[in-house]
Amino acid sequence: MRLKGKRAIVTGGASGIGRAIAEKFASEGAAMAICDLNETAAKALAAELAAKGHRACGVACDVAMTESAKKAVAESVAALGGLDILVNNAGIETTGSVTTATDEDWERQIAVNLNGVFRVSRFAIPEIIKSGGGTVVNMSSVGGLVAVKEFSAYGASKAGVIQLTRSMAADYADNNIRVNCICPAAVQTPLLDRACDRLKGHGAPEEIRKLYASFTLLKRVGTAEEIANCALFLACDESSFVTGHALVADGGFSCQ
Amino acid sequence: MRLKGKRALVTGAASGIGLATVERFVEEGAAVVAADINAEGAGAVAKRLGAAGHKIRAASGDVSKTADAQRMVVEAVAFLGGLDILINNAGIDVKGTVVSISDEDWERQIAVNLTSIQRMSKYAIPEMIKCGGGAIVNTGSIAGYLGYSNLAAYGASKGGVVQITRNIVADFAASNIRCNSVNPGVVNTPLLVHACKEVAGPGGDWEAVARAYCAGQFIQRPAEPREIANAILFLASDEASFITGTDLLVDGGFRIHP
Repeated sequence: MRLKGKRAIVTGGASGIGRAIAEKFASEGAAMAICDLNETAAKALAAELAAKGHRACGVACDVAMTESAKKAVAESVAALGGLDILVNNAGIETTGSVTTATDEDWERQIAVNLNGVFRVSRFAIPEIIKSGGGTVVNMSSVGGLVAVKEFSAYGASKAGVIQLTRSMAADYADNNIRVNCICPAAVQTPLLDRACDRLKGHGAPEEIRKLYASFTLLKRVGTAEEIANCALFLACDESSFVTGHALVADGGFSCQ
Repeated sequence: MRLKGKRALVTGAASGIGLATVERFVEEGAAVVAADINAEGAGAVAKRLGAAGHKIRAASGDVSKTADAQRMVVEAVAFLGGLDILINNAGIDVKGTVVSISDEDWERQIAVNLTSIQRMSKYAIPEMIKCGGGAIVNTGSIAGYLGYSNLAAYGASKGGVVQITRNIVADFAASNIRCNSVNPGVVNTPLLVHACKEVAGPGGDWEAVARAYCAGQFIQRPAEPREIANAILFLASDEASFITGTDLLVDGGFRIHP
């Protein structure tokens, strides 16, 4: 039980990687606040975890909106009785080059993936400090390290997350808070399904999925649980000397 | 038990990070061969952990020598009945700039820290393939990314560790072998104490030298070997099944990051 007694928020926690993180952390003993834009799904997952004997609550949260982020953190902290771990996982994926992306797509992409980390952290970090320190795990992407065609706004948002991770590590190290991020390649999630569907002009969804898999040296996309394992490592005390790091979990995508 | 049923060969296992890795691995259920050039040290580790009920034996040899590397792999496979995990951890640090270092010191530094990974992997990888694949973790260093003064050969050797890790992945990913590096900052090991004493000089304050090294880290203390061993455990275990070809920094958040 590597998170016994810990209290954690995971944003975007109702589906995909966030859901796997909520399940993994709960199974390692953490009390979970599942924050998601989809409140119904967040509450349903919390009920599912509670039925297995875990402590969990579902909270509505739009990480792109200050008031929503503030309220979600307050509700989570009230339900959990404090906060030790924040996983900034909520994210969306828009496609387009800088000439084809619309202003609205660009703004929304940066608002959710990058500004969302800032908005939730600004309210969560003071709570983690009250607990005597803790850990923050941000979800970046291999798309923030290498260029993928038609992912300009997504890539910029995720590269921003890597640098924000380092800045937060620098700012809160003295408060005993470690901050790291994960850079996955394509992972089998609803987000990937939607991306494959959106890119259907380039081929059938199954073909797009195979293309994503072919980018990695393992010749497959990742599973949400594999990324949850990374989040667990970075969130728990086993990574006690790791901070400001971007952990690449990409099946060898970026090392070629 | 995250390494239950796994069979691991760890080099540089008699002290520091290697020793902590062996301890962590047996705790998680792995059978281990602890290899070191210091036969007595490796033997003592195996005796102590064996007495505690773990499956372990020692091997001794010089990882930079082909015949020794081959023999240690053969001994490990014979004892373990196969090989799933190779930890290329053995390392030394030799001081000097490219002008001041002797040719012999340069050669020795590169041979022990970098060439050893080729030597060990050459014999270990075919054995891992026979077992259906496995995981390799190489010990690099933050000095492989940043230019520390008077550490030219060490820095070059560790920079090479990060890159050979990627090459091994490119060549053996299809054989189901994952390979990653762990890159520590300042760690409380005999190697560090020795290095600090060298810099401090006879009668000098070596602990002040150690503190100065840590001043560049966000976490302002040396890591304990177990903290590095935990990172090695993570990368060696199936929990890291989608991680390959990467360099995990366990450096307390060095101010200038790659």
